[in-house]
Parts: sequence; structure tokens; C-alpha cells
Amino acid sequence: MVEFNYEELGLRVGLEIHQQLDTKHKLFCDCPTRLASPSTPTIEVIRYLRATKSEIGEIDPAALYEMQRGRKIIYQVPQGHACLVELDEEPPHELNREALAIAIAIAKALHSTILDEIHVMRKIVIDGSNPTGFQRTAIVAIGGYVDDEEGRVGIQTICVEEDAARKVDEGPGYVKYNLDRLGIPLIEIATSPDIKSPDQALRVAFKIGLIMRLTGKVKRGIGTIRQDLNVSIKNGVKTEIKGVSKLELIPKVIKYEVMRQLKLLEIRDELRRRGLREEELSYGIYDITEIVRRSRSKLIRKLIERGNRVYAVKLPKLSGILKIEVQPNRRFGTELSDYAKAWGGVGGLIHSDELPGYGIDEKITDEIYEYLNLEKGRDAFAFVISEKDRAQRALQAVIDRVRYALKGIPRETRGANPDGTTRYLRPQPGAARMYPETDVPPIKVDESILREASKYIPKTPDKLLKELVEVHKLSKDLAFNLIKDPMLHLYLDLVSELGNDVPPKIIASTLMIHMKSLKSEGVNVDVIDVDTLKKVLLAVGKGEVAKEAIPEILAEYARGYPKTVIDEIISKFKGLSRDEVVKIVRKIIEDNKDEIIKRGVKAFNFVMGKVMSIVRGKVDGKLVAEIVKNELNRLMS
Amino acid sequence: MLSLDSKGKYEDIKEGDFVRVKLRSGEVLEGIVMPATEFSSEDIIIIKLSNGYNVGISKRNAEIEVLGKSKISIGKEYPMERTRIEGKGSLRLAFISTGGTIMSKVEYETGAVRPAINVAELIDMVPNLLDIVSYVEVEEVFRLLSENMTPKHWEEIAKIVAAKFMKGADSVIIAHGTDTMSYTAAALAFAIRNLPGPVILVGSQRSSDRPSTDAVMNLRGSIITASKAPFGEVTICMHGHTSDTYVLVHRGVRVRKMHSSRRDAFQSINDIPLAKVVPTTGDFILLNNDYIPRSRGRDVKLKPRFSDKVFLLKAFPGIDCTIIEYLASMGYKGIVIEGTGLGHIREDCIPVIERVIDKGVIIVMATQTLFGRVNMKVYTTGRKLLKAGVLSADDMLPEVAYVKLSWLLGNVNNVDEIKRLFVSNLVKELGSIHHENYFPRWYHG
Repeated sequence: MVEFNYEELGLRVGLEIHQQLDTKHKLFCDCPTRLASPSTPTIEVIRYLRATKSEIGEIDPAALYEMQRGRKIIYQVPQGHACLVELDEEPPHELNREALAIAIAIAKALHSTILDEIHVMRKIVIDGSNPTGFQRTAIVAIGGYVDDEEGRVGIQTICVEEDAARKVDEGPGYVKYNLDRLGIPLIEIATSPDIKSPDQALRVAFKIGLIMRLTGKVKRGIGTIRQDLNVSIKNGVKTEIKGVSKLELIPKVIKYEVMRQLKLLEIRDELRRRGLREEELSYGIYDITEIVRRSRSKLIRKLIERGNRVYAVKLPKLSGILKIEVQPNRRFGTELSDYAKAWGGVGGLIHSDELPGYGIDEKITDEIYEYLNLEKGRDAFAFVISEKDRAQRALQAVIDRVRYALKGIPRETRGANPDGTTRYLRPQPGAARMYPETDVPPIKVDESILREASKYIPKTPDKLLKELVEVHKLSKDLAFNLIKDPMLHLYLDLVSELGNDVPPKIIASTLMIHMKSLKSEGVNVDVIDVDTLKKVLLAVGKGEVAKEAIPEILAEYARGYPKTVIDEIISKFKGLSRDEVVKIVRKIIEDNKDEIIKRGVKAFNFVMGKVMSIVRGKVDGKLVAEIVKNELNRLMS
Repeated sequence: MLSLDSKGKYEDIKEGDFVRVKLRSGEVLEGIVMPATEFSSEDIIIIKLSNGYNVGISKRNAEIEVLGKSKISIGKEYPMERTRIEGKGSLRLAFISTGGTIMSKVEYETGAVRPAINVAELIDMVPNLLDIVSYVEVEEVFRLLSENMTPKHWEEIAKIVAAKFMKGADSVIIAHGTDTMSYTAAALAFAIRNLPGPVILVGSQRSSDRPSTDAVMNLRGSIITASKAPFGEVTICMHGHTSDTYVLVHRGVRVRKMHSSRRDAFQSINDIPLAKVVPTTGDFILLNNDYIPRSRGRDVKLKPRFSDKVFLLKAFPGIDCTIIEYLASMGYKGIVIEGTGLGHIREDCIPVIERVIDKGVIIVMATQTLFGRVNMKVYTTGRKLLKAGVLSADDMLPEVAYVKLSWLLGNVNNVDEIKRLFVSNLVKELGSIHHENYFPRWYHG
């Protein structure tokens, strides 16, 4: 991919990180902060939230529409993981001091100014993820900074707030949440838009994540940290991107967003050049069911049989525009499809730049053009298959989006996809409705809480470096590289879990040397998940396989994925026991007695070579050397 | 630029001012000054930032500059106008408001409290309202937290409710705080008879500015009840379950708030609720066939006076019996003892009780177990209490016994007549048959 000149483009990125804190209790009650297991006894409670017209906040348009029409919300209440406070049946208890102390410690490490009195607010959220209809949140500190090689990045606010309930299911007219996650304390760190390049964003996100991690009081694992980005370029628009799950994905997400914005500006210019005017785009929808019904697509026929109709909308002068890629594998037409889904709740959208296709041949395509009175090669059309009400909302959103394409880039909130591209979620909301949480008294930041916070001050990266070298016994070079690498998190996780059985040095070299060199050889290391790695490392730790075998085991697993089974591969490389090695050495010495006696002192290398060619990868080289030495001594004596 | 004077006071900064605050650390904030709360320290000034958050800054750590006045008027209380709106249906509805959580709405910007329910809000919460009512008339009578209600307030409410019926209403809905809602309900049940339709007290445990408010279901249930109920009784309509599935319509003299915060706090005691309503379907399900039917004709019987000289006294081990004498000396005309078990109090108190009754004070015995009946014939203590002249409240709730005695003392002159009426079943506040399922089931594993 062509690298952009971000400075010229005026790229500005702001980062928002939400991290779960590892406290004993939830933020406003004494429930534990662990998620429930599938076997936890659970009751279900049904609620409806009242969505008054002015309360939009963080909710996608289709959900808001449903909410305003009485969408049923089903809450799973797992025993021991949620109480009356989560159920909105009891006022919140006082703010968790442990959580506040941790947040203050992190804020201090980021050079932030702690407020004198903390006021908890209610932020309206009506998608059902909070039974109360709002999220409790409070600013703890303002200001601060993170230093980076490309310049200092400012911190705007540091807040402490409750995590939302976990969505477990969704269907027509209802949505289901589990309350176990609700109320777990989160720290939210928002930077200023001082970040100027994708790599800087990664470094800053990593640094902030590391500082939080080094307090020892944040949760680790999937879903415990969420990263959001605000991305804008000169002449572009500030886009909110939610939910970048992996740190390593950040630079890609930014690059693709820059690409998207530039492409949309190109599309704007092209549409203007074609002379498209807003008035030419009308909301009129056309029922083309009878034409499309004749297509060969089973899916389409099935949908129609179920009672859905095919509704189309005219897109004059847009031929060829819909297939323009705005991000890798995402076209402008994909954007329109997202709008249709978000606003109408329809399954998706088919457009003329994709036809013939989907079982719709040239003939039917031409018929549609004719019916809609459009000119093939110049104009385009799009259609959805659904009931009229949804189709209308979906297609209206499509027309609105195309109208906006004439102006430029709409202000959107988008969601990150696993490949670094993004999809439309909803229009960017205005400032969320917020008012004081009057059930929780304000908290004065006094000596006592500051003392508690000092317990959680994170160790500095320098201290960590020292620890890696002196305690973990890593080489200075390895430690220095590790500390700057996102792999550090995985390393520390693995050491804390396996450190007793597997020397940290082996873990470090596996992650930093072997995995990376396999990757450069073209092996797809992404398929190697944490559990697989743990199994391999444990096998080494227990002495079942030699550490030299690690690269081969991983390579074989990755190359044969998904058919390969790691346990089988490990067995193949299972080491020989000491006795077995002794046996082999003795046999070799026996078979080559004359040669050995001839070489005298140099016999060692000769024997080692022969033995290693048999046992390589199955035994630790040091052990072989020791045995060969012993046996040779025995022979010589 | 204002900075701290020697006393640490800011004379010239007012709520609603738009200020710039420079902190000692160098950070600069801008926002609107908010009213101080009861909990904040004195040196703290509260600023609302443009992102909506409030922050507390110590005046000792900051330099504050007033940049102007914001357009928001802080902390104002708004009166509710009386309004009447016509609909296409047949129900003639009067809606009166006495206050409570259901009626309070917090304004986002300022924290000011507004009465939440006017006609527009009602229609927003009950979308088909205008299809059901021929008119709805909304009037604010008080704006009270219900713990501040007194028997004088019950009198006023009773008069207004009766007047509404006399003017043609088929039903009256009363918005009320939940804390003492059952007291007011009982009061109205005794004070107004021959009701042509239900009087429905309704409240909420979560205020209506909250998206999760129980007010919506409760109000919808109340309106369905007003139009479909066959009874002419004073009732309370609140959630029957923590889920937003159905509301219960309880007989006002048989209901009690049984939890400090749950939506389904109100439960019928020693009786079954009159009805169950499912607001999402509009279903009205009669649960209890023993009800006072709607009266024919328009003559509502009103006897609104209450005595404020009745005391509700809870018995406990070691209670100092002279308190009873003291109450009498203070002029109390009636004492409801919330006794233990079947209706007992420490034996030492019996002579005092006898003395006080002989002086003309009416003493009645209810039970602090709430469930079950008072029966003073079973044990010696009880028998002695009966001999002393204590009346049994039978299966009346202590709160209802208190209200009933207060009403009787307010409207009836003759002490013997009061005693006779006290033990008579006036509005189904007593019941001779107790079914097994009156007692709730708790979780036992």
C-alpha cells in the first residue's frame, strides 16, 4: 500500500482507551468483578426503556427506532455476579475507593492534575446496556502527557466509569444482555488529537497500556481493554472509530481511514464533474419484485416467498461510483449497504455495479434499468429485499448518504473490523445528555485517598527493564526490544502463568525471535493462538521436548493449520530420556571406537556430530554434550 | 480576575456564571458555575464543562475569572399549570398531583427540579391516551415529598377528589410519593364513599427523567384500570414484579410498601390484590371478586375530617410504659399499639393502659408481624388487655388502624360509636377468611 505523507495531509489522531480495573468489587456495589460461567444459575428480568425524542446518545439508528417502539430488553441476572444495584432496584453505593485510588495512580504516572472533588455524572445510554438507562461516569483528572519520539501527546481527561452489560443475543423486537459485566470499574484515558502518524498512535497506545498494566491492578484478557480512535485529515472530517481490539491493528485502522476519506473526496469531485445535483436524487422507491423474482438466485426467491418485496431506488449518474474501493475490499456500495442495515435493519443491499451477479443476469439487469427509466453506463440503482416499512427507512438512508457524497464526508461513528477496515455504525452524536448522579455524594480527594493511590504507582519502564535483565535473566538486547514491543503484554502474561515451569528466557526468545523469524519466512504465525503457545512452552519446561524444537513445532503447526493438532506434533518431537541418549551415545562410541581413539581429544566433536544428527531437536544440546563427555571419559580411563 | 481573599470567600461569583479557572498546575478550564450540594466541602466550587461533566475545584488551588453570565437560570422551580385536554374516548378522567418521585424531573443543565407530568408528558408516556379519554384534567394540588404529608393534607385531597367526582369524573388518578402512599389511600377510602369509579394512587420508585422509570408502566396501568375496573374503591397501582410485565391494583386499605427501593415494593397484605393489568396488551385481569362495585348515581359521600391526635406506638422488649400515660397527658385521643405476635405488649403496661382508657382514650391493638390477625383471647396477656378495654384491630395493618382511628375521631363524636365502628368492616379493611396463599414465599434454597 502506498504510504501517505501524513504531515502533508494534516493527520490528527486522538486516542481513547477504556481499561477494566482489577478491583475486588464493582464500582458502585460489592459484587465481584468476574464474569459468570455458562452454568451459573440465572434469572431473567424484562424491561422497557423510555427513549424520549431528545435523548439520542450512543445508539444506532435502527435500535433507537425499535426502542422508541417498545423494544423488549431481557436481562440475565447471574447469581453472585449482579445484585439489586445492577438491576436498578437499589440506589448505588459509594464510589469504590480502590478503583479511585488506582485511577489516581495512573493519572499521576501520566502527569495529570487530579481534581479536588470528584462528581459522578449520569450519561444517558438507551440501547439497553445499562438497566438504569445511563452510565455512571466521573472525571478524576485533567491534563497530562505522554512523551514520544515524534513529539509529546497531551492527555485531555482521565475518567472512572462503570462497564456496560454484555450483549448476548438480539432478534426482532428484543435484545438480551448479561449483567455480570455491568458495573466493573473502567478507567477511560482520552488524549488530545496530538498524534500525527499511525506509528505514533501505536507507540502512544502501547505506552499508556503499559503504564496501566504496570500498576498490576488492571484486568488482562479478551474484552478487558477497548481502544477508540478519532481520526481527521485536512479538508476531511473527524471520524470516531470504536472498538479497535488489538493494539497492532491501530496503524492499519488509521491508514485505511485516511484512505477512505481521501477516496470519498475523490468521489465527491467526480460526482460534481458528472454534474450530479442534489435535486436529482429522490426518495422514491420502486417495487421491482416481479422483475427480480425471475432471477436464478435461490436466496432471493426464498426471501420473496417469505413475503418480502424488492424495493429499488434510483441513483442517477452513479454508474461506476459504487464499485470504487474506499478501503481494501470495501466499496462505496458497501458503505451504502451499511447505511441500509443501520437505518432499516435490512440484511443488506445489492447495487447495479455488482450486476450481473447474485444470480441476476444481464437480461434482468437491463429490465430493471428500463423499468426505472435509467441509462445503463451512466446511472445506477440499488435495491433491498424486505418489508416496505424497513425498506423505506433503509433506502431513505441510502439517498441521504449519496446526497452527502456531493458535499464530502459525513460525520460518522464507525466500528473497527478485524482486518483494519471500518464500517458505519451511526451518525456522530452530539454531546451526550449528562446530569449529576445525585445518589452518590461527591468525593473529596484528600490525603487518605492519595496515600492509598501511592500503593498503586506503576513501576517505570526503566525499572521493568532492570527486572527483565536481572530477575528474568534476559539479555540486555532482548529485554530492550521486548519492552518496546506489544508482545510485552503476552510475554508478561505467559511469565506470570508459566514462570514456574518455563524459564522466562525461553518465552522471550520464542516470542521475539522464533515467531518473528517464522513470520519473515512466510509462515502464518497469526494462527498460533495463546493456548497452543502455552502447550509448546510447557512441554519444553517439563523437559518433554528440547527448546531447539520450538521453531519446527510451531512451523509445522502453522503450515498445516487448521488440520494440525498441536498435541500430536509435540509428541513427534518428544525428547529422548537420559537413558535413551546414553544408549545412543554408547552405541556410537562402540561402533566408531577406532576412529575415536585415533582422534584422541578431538573425538568429542566427532561423536557430538554423529549423536546430534540422530537426536537433534529431541534433546537439549547441553545434555548430549554432558553425556558424550562422560562416556568418552569412561572410555579413556 | 478574582482570587482568594483572606476569608476564602468569593463574593462576586454566582451560580450560572460562565468562568475561566486556572489551576495551580497550569491547566485551564472553562465552564458554568453549578449550585453547591449538601455534601460538598465549603472551599469547593463546582463547574460544568462543555463536555457535560461536573468537576469540583478547590478555590484554594485556582484563580477564577468571570467571563459572563450563562443563559441558564439555575435551580428554579416551575409550577405546573392546570390543563384540560379533550380526547376521542369515553373516560372522563381527573389527574391530580400531590408530588413525589413520579412528579420530579431533574433538568440536565442545572439540576433544577421540575414537575414532570403535564398533559404533554402524559401523552408521551401513554400514547393511546387520547383514544381512551373523553377528557383529562390535570391539576397540581401539592408538591410534597410524601413523608411530609399530614392528616390535614388528607382532608384537602379528599375534598378535591370528591369535587372531581361531583363534577362528572369517572375516575381520579392521584400522583403521590410512595413513602406514605398507603396512608393516604386508606384515608381516602374511609373519607369518600359511594365512589362511581376507582380512585387510583400512582407513584414511581425511579423518577420519570430516568429512561428506566417505572412511571410509564404504572401510569399506563392506572389508565387502563380507570377505564376497565368494575370497582369503586380507593386503590394503589404499582409494579407487581421487578420486570416491566404487569402492574397490580391493590385495595388501598390492604396494601403496604414492603421494600425501600424495589419497583414491586407494594404488596397486598392479608388479602389478594384486586386486579392485575398488563400495559403492553391492555389486559385487565380481575383477581379478587370481593370488591365494592361502582356506585350508580352521583352522590359521593364525603366525610373528610381527620384527627391529628392519634399516635402509632411500636411495642418492644423493655418499653417504658409511662410513655402511654405521657401521650394521654399530651392530649392524644387515640393510640394504636403495634404489638408483638398475636397482639401483645409487656404486661407491666396493662395497668397504665387501663387507666388511660378509663380517662377516655381509645387504645387499639394491631400486630407488628403485619401478616395474620390480632387475637387477644389466646394468651393471658391478651385476655388482660381485652379486659382493660383494648380493642382488636384484627387483621388490619397497623398503619390502616391508625388512619381509621384518626378518621373516626375526626368525624364521629360518641366514643362508644367510634369503638363500634372501629371493629366494623367499613371498606373491606377487615376480612374473616385468610387463605394459605396470603403469605408470601421467600427463597429457601
